[in-house]
Amino acid sequence: MNIVILFTILFYLFGTAGYFAYLFLQKNYMQKWGFFFISAGFLCNCLIICFGYIKSGWFPAQNLRETLFIAGWAVSGIFIILHHKFNLRILGIYAAPLVFAVIMAASLIPDSGGAIKDISNSFWLISHILVILSGDAALAMACGAGVFYLIQEHAIKTKKRGFFFKRLPSLELLDSTGYFCIVLGFTFITIGLITGLVYAKVVWGRFWGWDPKEVWSVITWFLYAALLHQRLTVGWRGRKAAIMAIIGFAAVLFTFFGVNFILGGHHEEFTKW
Amino acid sequence: MSDLEIDIKKTDIILAGLNHKTAPIELRERIAFSQEDILRALDVLGNQPAINEITVISTCNRVEALMVVQDKVEAVENVKQFSSELKNVPVSIFDESFYVHIGDEAVRHIFRVASSLDSMMIGEPQILGQVKAAYLTSTQKKTSGVILNRLMHRAFFVAKRIRTETGIGDHAVSISYAAIELCKKIFGSLTDKKALLAGAGEMAELAVEHLIRNKAGDIIVANRTFERGLELAGRFNGYAIKFDEITEYLKTVDIVISSTGAQNFIITRDQVKSVMRIRKNRPLFFIDIAVPRDIDPEINRLNNAYVYDIDNLQDVISENIEDRNRESVKGDRIVDEAVINFRKWCESLKAVPTIVALRKKFDAIAEAEIKKTFKSLNKLSADEKNAINIMINSLINKILHDPTIFLKRNGFMGDSAKYIDITKKLFNLN
Repeated sequence: MNIVILFTILFYLFGTAGYFAYLFLQKNYMQKWGFFFISAGFLCNCLIICFGYIKSGWFPAQNLRETLFIAGWAVSGIFIILHHKFNLRILGIYAAPLVFAVIMAASLIPDSGGAIKDISNSFWLISHILVILSGDAALAMACGAGVFYLIQEHAIKTKKRGFFFKRLPSLELLDSTGYFCIVLGFTFITIGLITGLVYAKVVWGRFWGWDPKEVWSVITWFLYAALLHQRLTVGWRGRKAAIMAIIGFAAVLFTFFGVNFILGGHHEEFTKW
Repeated sequence: MSDLEIDIKKTDIILAGLNHKTAPIELRERIAFSQEDILRALDVLGNQPAINEITVISTCNRVEALMVVQDKVEAVENVKQFSSELKNVPVSIFDESFYVHIGDEAVRHIFRVASSLDSMMIGEPQILGQVKAAYLTSTQKKTSGVILNRLMHRAFFVAKRIRTETGIGDHAVSISYAAIELCKKIFGSLTDKKALLAGAGEMAELAVEHLIRNKAGDIIVANRTFERGLELAGRFNGYAIKFDEITEYLKTVDIVISSTGAQNFIITRDQVKSVMRIRKNRPLFFIDIAVPRDIDPEINRLNNAYVYDIDNLQDVISENIEDRNRESVKGDRIVDEAVINFRKWCESLKAVPTIVALRKKFDAIAEAEIKKTFKSLNKLSADEKNAINIMINSLINKILHDPTIFLKRNGFMGDSAKYIDITKKLFNLN
């Protein structure tokens, strides 16, 4: 198990190094290596989750450590999908260190083991966790694309082409990647919220309990719903969409971490240590 | 091998001519060689006793003769005399602009020319094709030999390497092309993007041609005189609109190229602001080539609208030129390396006459000894004699194998002259 975690961390680290070398030196083979290592890390990351399952007999999302391993898995998985769909190489500069940091953080957290309840293997719970985290990963990528969009737009508007101008792709590609990520992420978190509601009904006998995490999830959901609505009706795109993607992801992060650390609630044990 | 025996030691590679750095345009256009002139030059100069091999390169920025010569002074004189007579220009007029590079310097020069490091606009891609064409002509005329063949192929290789390993060819250095590059940074692909051309002018029309080459969609032409607009639209396979219809068309086009003689802005901020809502904020890029400007620069502050005027584009170009100049330093490093390698190859060639002489000496000794032996052994059959001859021959081959390899390879490690000298003394070759 530990050796698999070590390899995952190393692969993600090499992937990060590959993408940074690509950023500075602009040699194509560097990003190819970067992508190769991220893919290898993704496979090892799958193994971590599988071993966790086999070892405990429960779906391994009982504490923050295990949840972060799944989050890292989701980020690299979404990144691999995006890479194939848009070939937006530069996104690796954002995704690779992010996934490395997530897995590194996960590995540093002591394996405390949560209070396992016999409901933990419920279909609704597993799909709730996987879908929500994949959605969050897609929204994280949307945030990255948004940041790159703002940098590139700034360079074009101010006519001061700096380090990034030739390294970043066209505004159109950044915008459409961001849009795709938000549609994907929004779909996932919608499904995730529904499965969560069903799960709550199964376990606690009610759909909704004004739990802080529930409330913040819905706030986040409304933020993205508003963004998508504005885009489709009045064409919120480009700069505004990029800023919204970043704000939205801040809300996602708060829902993921902040609520547990500050506000408490019944998700506590899953993401606390 | 026998070709190379012709005193390779005495030959030199030289490059003589003039270019944009030494000669003003008035002079270059008087000297420039047409294709017929080049053919004639190869005929006449190629037959001069002083010149072994020759290639003549003539572009609008340079006329140069690259030669392998027996006698430097005479060869240069031949070239000057020939050009002067052919072009009817006294030598005194171009003598000052005329340069002669010898040996490594000539090799370096032709490498730099082929790689576009010596061009007026560093990194321009045409020169390599022109050098290749010049070389092709000389191979057809059979005025290039072992050394020029090798040299030119190295030059093509170096040029290719510099183009892929450095950024000397990256980024636009013309107004119209810089505008298109910006379009690509905004829209990604230009396929089916609609463009509106307001007014007319060389740069604007060039930009439209670039757009068409990038598979842009409709080209819409607005001109104060509708007939002129129609004519331009016909050329670009687009359609003409009236000048005051521009606002209406801002709703659908993606790129506006403006180059009118108007004294005031023809498109204002308020116009665009109201249009952006209807466009659902799809990006709109204004390229303003006109002086005085046609497009209100305030439009650049609107979301998803971008304005570049001629000065902005000029700045982009200057930056790109600086980039290319920086990259050319890397190019020169690659050239230096290639020059050294070529010198080593030339030096290894110089070992060839010594090797030949060595071989001849051994053959002569063997022949004399065989004669003596056969005299005393007169009962040998033809077959037996033949077998002895073969044996002697392979003996010589085996003995000379290592020294030959050593002398040839040594050229690549420097100091070959020393070993050639020792070999000569050791075997008393001369």
